[in-house]
Amino acid sequence: MPQGDYIELHQKRHGRRLDYEERKRKKEARQVHKRSKQAQNSIGIKGKMIAKKNYAEKAQMKKTLKMHEESSSRRKADEDVQEGAVPAYLLDRENTSRAKVLSNTIKQKRKEKAGKWEVPLPKVRPVAEDEMFRVIRSGKRKTKQWKRMVTKATFVGPGFTRKPPKYERFIRPSGLRFTKAHVTHPELRCTFCLEIIGIKKNPNGPMYTSLGVMTRGTIIEVNVSELGLVTPAGKVVWGKYAQVTNNPENDGCINAVLLV
Amino acid sequence: MAMNTVMCLLTDAEGTPLGSAMYIPHNAGHLQLINLVNTFLNNEEKLSYSFYVSDEELLVSVGTYMERNSVSVENVLKIVYRQQAVFRIRPVYRCSQTISDVHEGEILCVSFSPDGKQLASGSGDKTVRLWDLNTETPMFTCKGHKEHVLAVAWSPDAKCLVSGDRDGKVCCWDPSKGELLGNALSGHKKWICGIAWEPAHLSYPSRRFVTCGKDGDARIWDFTLKRTLIVLSGHTRAVTCVKWGGDGTIYTGSQDSTIRMWEITQQGQGILKHILRDHAGWVNSLSLSTEYVLRTGAFDHTRQVTCSDEEMKKIALERYIKAKGKVDSPERLVSGSDDFTIILWEPSVSLQPKQKMVTTARVTGHQQLVNHVYFSPNGQWIASASFDKSVKLWDGVTGKFITAFRGHANCVYQISWSPDSRMLLSCSKDSTLKVWDIGTKKLKHDLPGHKDEVWAVDWSPDGEKVASGGLDKDLKLWKG
Repeated sequence: MPQGDYIELHQKRHGRRLDYEERKRKKEARQVHKRSKQAQNSIGIKGKMIAKKNYAEKAQMKKTLKMHEESSSRRKADEDVQEGAVPAYLLDRENTSRAKVLSNTIKQKRKEKAGKWEVPLPKVRPVAEDEMFRVIRSGKRKTKQWKRMVTKATFVGPGFTRKPPKYERFIRPSGLRFTKAHVTHPELRCTFCLEIIGIKKNPNGPMYTSLGVMTRGTIIEVNVSELGLVTPAGKVVWGKYAQVTNNPENDGCINAVLLV
Repeated sequence: MAMNTVMCLLTDAEGTPLGSAMYIPHNAGHLQLINLVNTFLNNEEKLSYSFYVSDEELLVSVGTYMERNSVSVENVLKIVYRQQAVFRIRPVYRCSQTISDVHEGEILCVSFSPDGKQLASGSGDKTVRLWDLNTETPMFTCKGHKEHVLAVAWSPDAKCLVSGDRDGKVCCWDPSKGELLGNALSGHKKWICGIAWEPAHLSYPSRRFVTCGKDGDARIWDFTLKRTLIVLSGHTRAVTCVKWGGDGTIYTGSQDSTIRMWEITQQGQGILKHILRDHAGWVNSLSLSTEYVLRTGAFDHTRQVTCSDEEMKKIALERYIKAKGKVDSPERLVSGSDDFTIILWEPSVSLQPKQKMVTTARVTGHQQLVNHVYFSPNGQWIASASFDKSVKLWDGVTGKFITAFRGHANCVYQISWSPDSRMLLSCSKDSTLKVWDIGTKKLKHDLPGHKDEVWAVDWSPDGEKVASGGLDKDLKLWKG
C-alpha cells in the first residue's frame, strides 16, 4: 500500500498511461471470470463466506429487478383466485368454518365391531382401586367395611334410582354425578356443551364401565344433534363418541374431544 | 228415500263465486265436484281441481266432512276450488349420475335452459360448464371469467346464456357451441348478485337483461350490442336480487332493506317508479307470481318444437296471462328478508304490503333469516326457505300460513318447484335435498348423497331431471 500520495501526484503531473482506459476496461471485464474462478475454487471457510455473500447479492438483485419490472409493464389480472368460493347469498355473511367430510357411520360401525379404536389418548395412567373407592364403615359398631364410595366423576343416566341403601355396595355421590360434557371438535376447534348419553368404555376395567365412572381416557357417547351432522345416507346423526381428556374429579367439569 | 243435501257455494281462489249457492248431495265426493266445476265453467277438456274448505283440503265426501267437523247444515259451506296442473310430474327419488372431478371448484349456481335441453353450471373454478342431458356428461367448458362465477341465467328463448362473476364482469355465451361472444363485459364494480332477462312476451328474441351487484347498481345490458344500456342506481347498499316483471317493471331488492320498482320509458331512460319500504333487514330474495312462466317463456313441459318468432311471442303472452289469473289481476311480489319475515305485495295496486308473514305469531313465522322465497309455477303457493332449518308453505293469493316442512338438520339454502306445482325441492347445508309433497304436506323423498353443503338446485322445466351442486364440487343429476 502506498505511503503517501506520490502516485496521485504523478498522475496529476503527467497524466495517465495512454492505454489506461483500454486496460481498465479489459481488466474490469476479466473481473467477472476471476470472481467466478475464485468462488468455484475456494475451499473451506473462505469458500463458504464467499458463497454466502454471493447468495445475498443474488437475492437482493432479484428483488430489485422485480420491483423495476412491476412499474414498467402493466400487470395482467391476478391469476390466482381466492380460495373458498361461496354462492352470492352467502358472500356477505361470515360463516363458521365448516368441518370436512362429515361422519361416516359405516366406518364407525366397523370399528365398533372390531373393538379397535383410534383414540387421541391411547394410553392412560391406570387408576388403582384404593384411589377409585373409599371404604365406608357401616353397622352399629362401624366394623363392617363392605361398602365403597366412588371418588371419581360418574354418570348415572336419567332413569337412575338407587338400590335400597341397606344393600347398596357402591355409593355414587350426587355431587360427583355429571350429565354434560364440554366436547371439542378436533377439526372445527370449537367446543360445545353436550349431554352425555352413556359411558362406552373405561380403560381401567369393565367394572368401572358398568358403574359409570369417568376418568381420563374414558370413551363416552354424547348427543350431537345440535351440530347438525348428517350421514352420507341422509340420516341425522345424534350420538357420537368422545374421549375424556381431563381429570374430572379435580376440575369439576368433563372435557372431552370428539372422535370423528 | 230422501237424499240429504248440503248447501254449498263454490268460489275460486280469489273469492268470486261460481254460480249461486246450490244444494249438493251428501255423498258428493271429489270426482262429482270436479264434474260440477267443469260444467259450470264450460270447460272443453275436463280439468283437474282440488277443493279446500277453510284452507283445509277436502279429501272425503261433503257429507263426511260435515259430520267430522260438525258444521251446521243450515250454514252455506264455502268450497274453494283450485285448478291443478293437467300433467303430473314424476317425483324424483334417485340419483342418476354423480359427476365428480369435472368442476375443480365448488358449484355455485345451476340452471336448466327454459326448453329443458341444456344445463349450465357456474363454479368457483371460474368456468361455466354446459352439460348434455341425454348422456349426462359434460358438453362444453366455457372459460372467460377470471373469478368465481356467481350467477348464471338463460334467456327465455333459450338461445342466450349470461353469467356474472365475483369481479363484476358479465360474460355472454352461445350455448350451442359453448363459445364466449365478445369479451367479458365490465361495468359493475363489485360482484354480481343476480341476473334477470326481459320476458319473452315483451321482446322476442330476447335481447335485454338486467344484472344487480354488490355496488348497489342494477344495469340493463343489451345482449347483441354487448354493452350497458341503462344504469339503475339508487340503492345505498348491495342489491341482492333483481326480477323483471311481466308488465315491464324491474324489481330490485337490496341490503338497505328496500325494494325499488323501476320502469324503462319510451326514450330508453330508467326511472324509479316506487320504493317499497317495510322490511327491517336485508332483502334476500324476491319472487313474482308469474316468475316461472317468465323464466320459461314460450316453452312448457311438453317441450314443443320452436316455431316462428311471432308465434313464440304470442304463446309466451298467452301463458303469461293465464299465469296471472284473470286479465286484470295484478302481479304479486313476495320478498324474504333477514328480519325473519316475508312480505306479500301487490305493487301495482298499492305500496303498502298486502300481507306480512311475520314472526309476531312466532309459531307460524320463521325463527331465522329467510334465504329464498319462490312462488309455485301456478302462482297458488309461496315456499320460503330459512336458516331455521324449515321450509314453510304459504297461500299465494292471501299470504296465509299453510304448513311448515321440517326435516332438514341445518340451514335450508334454496328451493325449486316441480313444473306441475305438486312438489317442492329444497337443498340445505346438511348436504341433503328433500322432496316435499304439497298435496299431503309431507316429505316425499329424501335425496342424500352429497358429501358437503348443497348450494344450488334446479328442477328442469319439463320435470324430468333435477340438478344439484355445492361445496363438494360434484354435480348430481337426479331422476324420477
